[in-house]
Amino acid sequence: MLENFSFRTIVEYLPLFGQGLITTVWLSALSFVGALIVGIVLCAMNLQRGWLFRVPAKAYIDAVRATPLLAQLYFLYFGLPRLGFVLPELVVGILALSLNSGAYIAEIIRAGILSIPRGQVEASVASGMTYVQRMRLVVLPQAFKVTIPPLLGQAIVLVKDSALLSLISVAELTRAGQLLASDRFMPAEGFLTIAAFYLLLYYGLKGLAGVSSRWLGTAGART
Amino acid sequence: MIWQQLQSLAGSYPLALRGLGMTVMLSLISLVLGTLLGFGLGILRTGGNQLISGLIGAWVDLIRGTPFLVQIFLIFFILPEFGIELDAFTAGIIALTNLAACFICEIVVAGIRSVPTGQVEAALASGLSRWQRMRQVVLPQAMRIVLPPLVGQYVLLIKDSSVVSAIGLTDLTRVGWLVVQRVPNGLLVFFLVGVGYFIVCYPLIMLARRLEQRMGAAHGEVQL
Repeated sequence: MLENFSFRTIVEYLPLFGQGLITTVWLSALSFVGALIVGIVLCAMNLQRGWLFRVPAKAYIDAVRATPLLAQLYFLYFGLPRLGFVLPELVVGILALSLNSGAYIAEIIRAGILSIPRGQVEASVASGMTYVQRMRLVVLPQAFKVTIPPLLGQAIVLVKDSALLSLISVAELTRAGQLLASDRFMPAEGFLTIAAFYLLLYYGLKGLAGVSSRWLGTAGART
Repeated sequence: MIWQQLQSLAGSYPLALRGLGMTVMLSLISLVLGTLLGFGLGILRTGGNQLISGLIGAWVDLIRGTPFLVQIFLIFFILPEFGIELDAFTAGIIALTNLAACFICEIVVAGIRSVPTGQVEAALASGLSRWQRMRQVVLPQAMRIVLPPLVGQYVLLIKDSSVVSAIGLTDLTRVGWLVVQRVPNGLLVFFLVGVGYFIVCYPLIMLARRLEQRMGAAHGEVQL
């Protein structure tokens, strides 16, 4: 049983957990921004009519979705130095998370854009709008609304996925738990504490998703 | 040089096959167990007992809210403290089954709730027992909603099985990690590892897409 469970050690290691939590938060945030950029570019390529951009984008998205993040992470971690890019683990990690989540985000955005009824696009064509105007004034504002909830879902996935970076020794939250587990042989203290921190982030993002869907719901009712 | 590396890689193909076998076995066992458990939990959760339903909901939320890596560590390192000795394989199966069951529970709940109440009322009026109602009326209709994300969940499960390499199980990802220590070409080694997963996962992704179109489910909800 856990009769030796030591809250004292947890408190002692709290600064380490705090640092880990902060690192997890900002590296996830940075990766999410990166993933948005990757996703938008991939989605734009995927929606082209010509095959030149569409085929590579589709192949990339399928390849990412059919392989585990951990294998992708190792691919970059062991592979990049071979190409002459010797980067810090943290950068490799952020890169891997961005490239991975980007593929999922591309599909989320595509679903959002395709959810706009065809008639609207035809109407804007008939009104003489250019492609950019059509996208900016008609399609994207509506697609935006549909994409926000699944994007927040992806953000939750990303935060959880960032735990894998501990395996390439990035000093984030899970790594802090591992340190406590191995330094003091206290796996229960280490891993239960970080689980609690992850739950905190999870419920935070989930609450945000709830608020945003309510807010978007009323915004939808007004228009 | 690349030729030498290829030769040395070819030499480690028995290891690679064992890794692939381990990945397939882990995924298959926890897929079957997770599906059974997930359906059971889903049916219980919609069963009307507030307490049971609340407990299951809380557990599902705990599992959805924490990284799988942390769950594996918790199971592998903490269950022994309660006197349950585990080898890495059993710990991996438990962790994967639990994860799959929780996500499948949510999928099943969504499916069951999508069945119009009129159907349930009609079944009640026809004097069907609870079990008959579930088996003959609700579940067959719920399957239309359940099936596409269920297949998608299997893909996630296979991919998540790579994380058990962290507790030392020699699955496909771990084999890549071992080989790369000897053949210093991470690009090639993990490209091949990726191909291994792709061969297993891609047909399932295609199947999920086909099902999604066939069943006419709303797009954008399934994430592979």
